[in-house]
Amino acid sequence: MSISKEFVWILIGTALVTFIPRTLPLVFISKLELPEYVKKFLTHVPLAVMTALVVQSVLTSGEEWLSFGENLQWIALFPTLAVAVVTRSLLLTVLTGIATAALLAWLI
Amino acid sequence: MSEKTTVENLTFRQGVIDCIPTLLGYLSIGFAAGVIEATAGMSLLEIALLSLFLYAGSAQFIVAGMLTAGAPIMSIIVTVFFVNLRHLLLSAAIAPNFAKYSPLKNMLIGAQLTDETFGVAINRLTGPVANADKWMFGLNITAHLNWIVANLLGALLGGWIADPQRYGLHFALPAMFIGLAAMVVMQRKRYKQDLLVIACSAGSFALAFIWLPSYIAVMVAAVTAAIAGVVMEK
Repeated sequence: MSISKEFVWILIGTALVTFIPRTLPLVFISKLELPEYVKKFLTHVPLAVMTALVVQSVLTSGEEWLSFGENLQWIALFPTLAVAVVTRSLLLTVLTGIATAALLAWLI
Repeated sequence: MSEKTTVENLTFRQGVIDCIPTLLGYLSIGFAAGVIEATAGMSLLEIALLSLFLYAGSAQFIVAGMLTAGAPIMSIIVTVFFVNLRHLLLSAAIAPNFAKYSPLKNMLIGAQLTDETFGVAINRLTGPVANADKWMFGLNITAHLNWIVANLLGALLGGWIADPQRYGLHFALPAMFIGLAAMVVMQRKRYKQDLLVIACSAGSFALAFIWLPSYIAVMVAAVTAAIAGVVMEK
């Protein structure tokens, strides 16, 4: 159990630059009356962010696109999405994703 | 918009329960992060502190990776800043739901905001609710504890588990994002508009990813698609 001096600076620095964007809008925006177009913009943010995260996490690895022929995990997208739409249960959606991905890994 | 007229009374306990679907996704990512952090030479105490105070998936991978590569401290901090800048959008989007609470309370809520807790919250806090603060703490604290435990387990047991891909666990996180996105669309019931936002987000990600690092491309895509959504409403 040890902490290096270098690590302490990394911890403080990275924690701080993460804490600020996380908290600033919640602390200040919630007290402001925002213009209509900003409010509308914010209502679209959740879907816009989640979609980009889906594309990033399913279709890319590091800074590369996954090869659709070699890595077939993108196929798991379809049953996962179907279960999400039909059941509206986040838990069932996650379990379907895991099961399909495991099945794909086993088959190939 | 939902047309509920009754006020839903939320509780801390309900927040804990609503966190359950996200546990597996973060458990597997946290486990992987723990393995890499241990490999980068971090002690258990350091891994626990990083999970407690940084508390961000991709950023912790990056810290471990850059440490291994011997990157200068300043470059690690700057990189993490850019990777985590998207929280600015999440925090802003969720802020109107917490307008009535004190700045200090909102700071605590924001300090534990992640993609997942944000996704769960934005789907839950659609109608009029009471005690959104307590509910959010239940959600946040459960997710955070799960994250710390996952990181430590990864550091301790990482060497024994070969190839976690075989169990499909790597897809837990993508599956969660898919579920959260689908639920936003089904709740809003503005299909035409939302499908366009989806197409625009995916398209701009693909375009931005040609020139920009993945995490910046996510932010560019999100901002572009949200602006497209506003333009469409006109």
